[in-house]
Amino acid sequence: MTSPRKKQLGRSVSIVGAGMSNFGAYKEKTNRDIFVDAFMDMTEHMDNGIDISDIEAGYLGNYSADLFEGQGHTAPIVADWLGMTPTPITRIENACASSGSALREGVMAIASGLYDVVLVGGVEKMTDLPTEGVTDVLASAADGLYEVPAGFTFPGIYGALAQAHMERYETNLDHLLKVGIKNHNNGALNPKAQFNTTIKSLMERRIMRAKDRGEAIPAWSNELDFLNDDKANPWIAWPLRLYDCAPITDGGACLLLVASEIADGFTSKPIEIVGTGQATGRPLHSAEELTSLSATKYAASQAYDMAGVSPSQIDVVEVHDCFTIAEIVASEDLGFFEPGEGPRAADEGRTALSGDRPINTSGGLKAKGHPVGASGVAQVIEIYHQLRGEAGARQLPNKSPELGLTHNVGGTGGTCVVNIFRRN
Amino acid sequence: MSDNTTKEFTAASFYEYLKEGKFMGVRCGACGQLAVEARAICQKCHSTDVAWAEFSGKGQLATFTCISIVPQSMAEKGYGRSNPYCSGIVILDEGPRISARILDVDTLNPQRIKIGTKLQLDIEDLSENTPALAFRPE
Repeated sequence: MTSPRKKQLGRSVSIVGAGMSNFGAYKEKTNRDIFVDAFMDMTEHMDNGIDISDIEAGYLGNYSADLFEGQGHTAPIVADWLGMTPTPITRIENACASSGSALREGVMAIASGLYDVVLVGGVEKMTDLPTEGVTDVLASAADGLYEVPAGFTFPGIYGALAQAHMERYETNLDHLLKVGIKNHNNGALNPKAQFNTTIKSLMERRIMRAKDRGEAIPAWSNELDFLNDDKANPWIAWPLRLYDCAPITDGGACLLLVASEIADGFTSKPIEIVGTGQATGRPLHSAEELTSLSATKYAASQAYDMAGVSPSQIDVVEVHDCFTIAEIVASEDLGFFEPGEGPRAADEGRTALSGDRPINTSGGLKAKGHPVGASGVAQVIEIYHQLRGEAGARQLPNKSPELGLTHNVGGTGGTCVVNIFRRN
Repeated sequence: MSDNTTKEFTAASFYEYLKEGKFMGVRCGACGQLAVEARAICQKCHSTDVAWAEFSGKGQLATFTCISIVPQSMAEKGYGRSNPYCSGIVILDEGPRISARILDVDTLNPQRIKIGTKLQLDIEDLSENTPALAFRPE
C-alpha cells in the first residue's frame, strides 16, 4: 500500500563543490587515475577549500570496471587513491544511472542525519575494449534472458523505441539528427567535452581533407546533407545512425554534498537539492508504452512533488540523451512537451541554448561524452555551474536560471533518477 | 492450453520448451494475466498462483530495428554493416509483447518493413543447444 505521507528529505542537502575530468579516450589512464583528475578539479575549485579528512562518506557510481577493465570492487581502490581511507565508500551500480543513484544515496545519507559531508561521484573507463566488446558490455545491462537472445543491442532497443515514435507521431529522421546538431553546438562551447566541435566543423574538416588528398569533394550543402550521407554517417541500428549515438568515453565526475545548515562554511553560493525521485521500469517489450519510458514519469513526479514545482518552472535541464531519440522522449516524459511534440520542439530550436526550453547545454551525453557510470553526476555539474552563473560560453543567454533538473537513465528505462536543484 | 507439468518457472524451462517446439508462457490463476517470460510472481496482481500456458505463436510486429553494428556472437554468424539483421517486438494475438528476431524481412531497406505485419513463430537455432524466439511474416 502506498503511504499517503508527502515524501520529503529529513533535512536539506546542498552541493558546495564540483569537479570533472576531461571526457575523451585516455589510453594510459585507469578508472582510478580518471577519478583522481575529477577529484582534484573539485578540490582546486572549492570556494573556501576542503580538508579531505572532513569527508565522512562516499558513494561512487561505476557500471562495469569489472568487464571494461577487469577490476572489481572499484570504490575502495578509488578512495585509497584519493587518500580517503578509512572513510566508508560504497559503489553503486545501476547501469548508466549508477552515479545518479550514487548522488541520491549521498543525499539520503545526509538527510538521515548520519553524515554532514559526503562525496558522490562516478567513473568509467570504457576505451580499453574494441567497439564490439563495448557493445557486448553495454548489452549486458539489458535483459540477458529475453532481450539479448533476440539480438537486441543497446542502440537496437533505442532504435525500436525511435521506430515506434516515428510510427505513432510525425517524428522523422531529420528530427533526430537535429538533436545531435544542437548538442554538438553546445559541446563546442564545453572545453571538457569529448566532441568539443560542431557538426558543421566536422563536415568542413572532411571536405578539406578530401581536397588535400585530391579525392572527390563531397557535395554536402549543410549539416543535414552530411548527416544523411550513409558513408559519412553510417547506420548503427535503424533508424539510428552513428551521430544519433553517444560516444564511448572515459571520464569521471564528483560533487561535494553537505547539510545545508553548514553550507555557508564552504561557499556563498550553495545549490540546494530540492527534489529527488527514482523509479524502476521494465524491458521495452513489456513497457507500458513503446514510445515512452514510464520510469522517467514516475521519478519526475516524485521530484516535482518534493520540490513543489511544475515542469514549466524549470529553467535549465540535462537529460539522458544516450541516443537522440532518448532526448526527444525524455523532453515529453518530463512534462516539457506533450507526447509527440518533442520532435517539433527540437526542430524549431526551442531546446537550443537560446530557446525557451534549453536542454543539454553541456553538449549532453552526445557531445560531452558518456562514461556511463559518471554521466549522472556530470549532468548535475552542468546544472551547478548554470545556477551559479559559471557556465562560461554556455551560460544561458536569456535568463538567470534559478531551478535546474537532471534526468539520468539506466538501461532502457530500467532505472531512472530525476533531481531538481535550486539557487537560493 | 494449460499445462500441468511441474517445470520450474525459469528461463531455462522456457528455452527447454522452445527446444521441444513449444512456445510456453505463464498465466496467472488469480487475475488471468499472461506473460511470455517464465515468471513465478504475477506482474499485475502479485499472485504466485501461476501455471504454464502455451501461446499460438501468432502475432504482429509492434516495432523493430535493423542492427548494423552487431555483437560478437552475431558477427560470427556473418551479420554486420553489409548484412544487418532485424530484431523486433511482437505483440502476440493473446496480448503480451515479447522481443524476438524477425526473419525474412528486407533489412537493407527498413523503410519497407511495416509495423502491424502479421507474424508467425519460427524458432531459430542459435546453436545446437540455445534456441531463440524468431518470427517471420505469415
